[in-house]
Amino acid sequence: MTAASGLAVAKAARPPVLWAPLLKDALVAALVAVLLALPLVGLQTYDIGGVALGIRTHFDWVAIGAAAVFAGRLVLCVYPQLYGGRTVGGQTPLGRVAVWANRQVLPITLAGIALAVALPFLPFSSRYLIDLGTTVLIYVMLGWGLNVVVGLAGLLDLGYVAFYAVGAYTFALLARDLNFTFWEALPFSGLVAASFGVLLGFPVLRLRGDYLAIVTLGFGEIIRIVLLNWSPVTGGPNGISDIPRPSFLGLPFARSAPEDTTTFNQFFGLEFSPDHRVIFLYFVILAMALLTNAFTLRIRQLPIGRAWEALREDEVASRALGINPTTVKLSAFAIGAMFGGFAGCFFATRQGFISPESFTFIESATILAIVVLGGMGSQLGVVLAAILLVSLPEFGRAFAEFRMLIFGAAMVGVMVWRPRGLIAHREPTLRLGPQPAPR
Amino acid sequence: MTGAGSAVPLLEVENLTMRFGGLVAVDDVSFTAYRGEITAIIGPNGAGKTTVFNCLTGFYRPSAGRLAMHKGAEILKLERIEGFRIVRRAGIARTFQNIRLFAGMTVLENLIVAQHNPLMKASVLSLAGLLGLPRYRAAERAAVERARHWLDRIGLTDRADRLAAALPYGAQRRLEIARALCTGPALLCLDEPAAGLNPRESAELNDLLLGVRDEEQIGILLIEHDMSVVMGISDHVIVLDYGRKIADGTPAEVRADPEVVKAYLGEDEIEEGSNKRDIVIPAQAGVQGSAAGDGGTGFPRPRE
Repeated sequence: MTAASGLAVAKAARPPVLWAPLLKDALVAALVAVLLALPLVGLQTYDIGGVALGIRTHFDWVAIGAAAVFAGRLVLCVYPQLYGGRTVGGQTPLGRVAVWANRQVLPITLAGIALAVALPFLPFSSRYLIDLGTTVLIYVMLGWGLNVVVGLAGLLDLGYVAFYAVGAYTFALLARDLNFTFWEALPFSGLVAASFGVLLGFPVLRLRGDYLAIVTLGFGEIIRIVLLNWSPVTGGPNGISDIPRPSFLGLPFARSAPEDTTTFNQFFGLEFSPDHRVIFLYFVILAMALLTNAFTLRIRQLPIGRAWEALREDEVASRALGINPTTVKLSAFAIGAMFGGFAGCFFATRQGFISPESFTFIESATILAIVVLGGMGSQLGVVLAAILLVSLPEFGRAFAEFRMLIFGAAMVGVMVWRPRGLIAHREPTLRLGPQPAPR
Repeated sequence: MTGAGSAVPLLEVENLTMRFGGLVAVDDVSFTAYRGEITAIIGPNGAGKTTVFNCLTGFYRPSAGRLAMHKGAEILKLERIEGFRIVRRAGIARTFQNIRLFAGMTVLENLIVAQHNPLMKASVLSLAGLLGLPRYRAAERAAVERARHWLDRIGLTDRADRLAAALPYGAQRRLEIARALCTGPALLCLDEPAAGLNPRESAELNDLLLGVRDEEQIGILLIEHDMSVVMGISDHVIVLDYGRKIADGTPAEVRADPEVVKAYLGEDEIEEGSNKRDIVIPAQAGVQGSAAGDGGTGFPRPRE
């Protein structure tokens, strides 16, 4: 409240900074931080042997944290008074970066793709990094898929993980019972997931907002619980193991091949290395994700894509203009689900083992957070958010039990400075005038 | 004031009745709209004007009555056509009392979305579009040209790439009309197009509507409270009150109709001031009304 009134004053005549309310505000913030941090950070239990636990106190950490919060809050409040409001988009440093990123989408995209392609061959690259990159790319692909449903069509879907699961189980079952390989099963995974998308779409056609979210949430849970309990088919909680790995144009990645097959390393005359498969998987998901992106960018500029956006903006007006809400909504659900299915198929072949545990609500929440955090409808934003959300907890491992705290703080920070997402910018699907010059 | 080719009926409404539970919103209303004519529907608040529009454009299914749309030699029964198909099958486009633009999309995109059906057909379920076939590209260029034509007419060409939400109110009203026109309608239904416009914008709107009527030879059905618009450009005025039609004729006839005066001013005043024969036109009635949004219009209903 104090910050808001300070802002108004600053706008009027920009008088000298009013320190008293700012100091009070910063003190309150520091007090809240102390109250929060005292039990979380200040007290640490440790094993003193036997059955007892000792308590170690870290009041110095709490004091440092409170001082940091005090200073940070003070700077936050003084900054707009000295340099004008920070409410206008593009005013904060983060906002300026986002605006710059919007103007330079093409170079950034090309640089990103180049970096992604080169990643496995960089000197500092490791198996761990490539694995992490693969995970990030799975989430990028899921984010792009969900972006069709949430960002473009404006249908809040809290059960997106269901399609991911359907794709994964489709491949696992096809491989187990019909000996399908990854590449043979991939189209079926997408197709089956898309059918489930339509299946979900029908009952929720008339629902919007909160009600739609609840039903999709339920749908996600239904799929998971069915997978958990339909043991004869899905293996129940034990899941399905020994899912075949993908081959490179029919060449398997293996140390020793069975009779009359050539392995990848034999064919290319390379020393066998388990890294080959890891790198190959990385490139497979990279290609799949880029295809998803190309498809989404293209379809956005087609009548069906514009109809999705029109439906998001105003369903009544769309109907009056001859758009059939049923088919348009179902197509959004189907296409979003299809990409989820593809990603699920890849997930199954990468893990070699799947169980319902991989498809819990928290996955849906993470994917949705990626879309919302990135900026609804922004393709580049999804990439940034996926990198942030997936790799931040990984890099935070050094902080052990505080990593979720850091993760939460980062999310709060983004929502404070970029409430509409990292890149909240919508590029028109077509223009009459020339492209505005980069600023 | 009757338009040139007045003999061609475009829309025939016969005994239209719309009930919501026990409430009869539209009660046995019949009228005809002609091609190349502007037909105004007026009446106090709650008279059922917008309900008639919602029946015509498929948002409501009429409780009784016949809605016949002439399309060449064919006669389409509107009440049998699914809501979203009416614009394509029967060529009836509409605007809304509270502006319903696609606010987050640009002005141009609003006009392109209005051409969804021809573009969808040209893109062959998006396949031709995905592959970027020349046939689809040509269709898209044609759609942009059509949009440009209407943008020129409403004077928004230079703002085509701005967000629709960023336009001033009057421009948003014009854009919504242009969007409806982009569907290539035979009948244009405008729900209070002059609401919230200043006198100059209101006069520009009159010119636009008269121009559209004469150039496109389409029928325009107009709900309006702004009497300067209604009396200035209508060829034909229909007055509704409590869901019933109480008058039907040229603006001059309607203006002199005692039933109409009674509906607007109440019976007492007629008895007291017998010299009041015409509808008193409050200055810029629409201006006060529109700001309130959905239901608020300049005319208070006189009776309890």
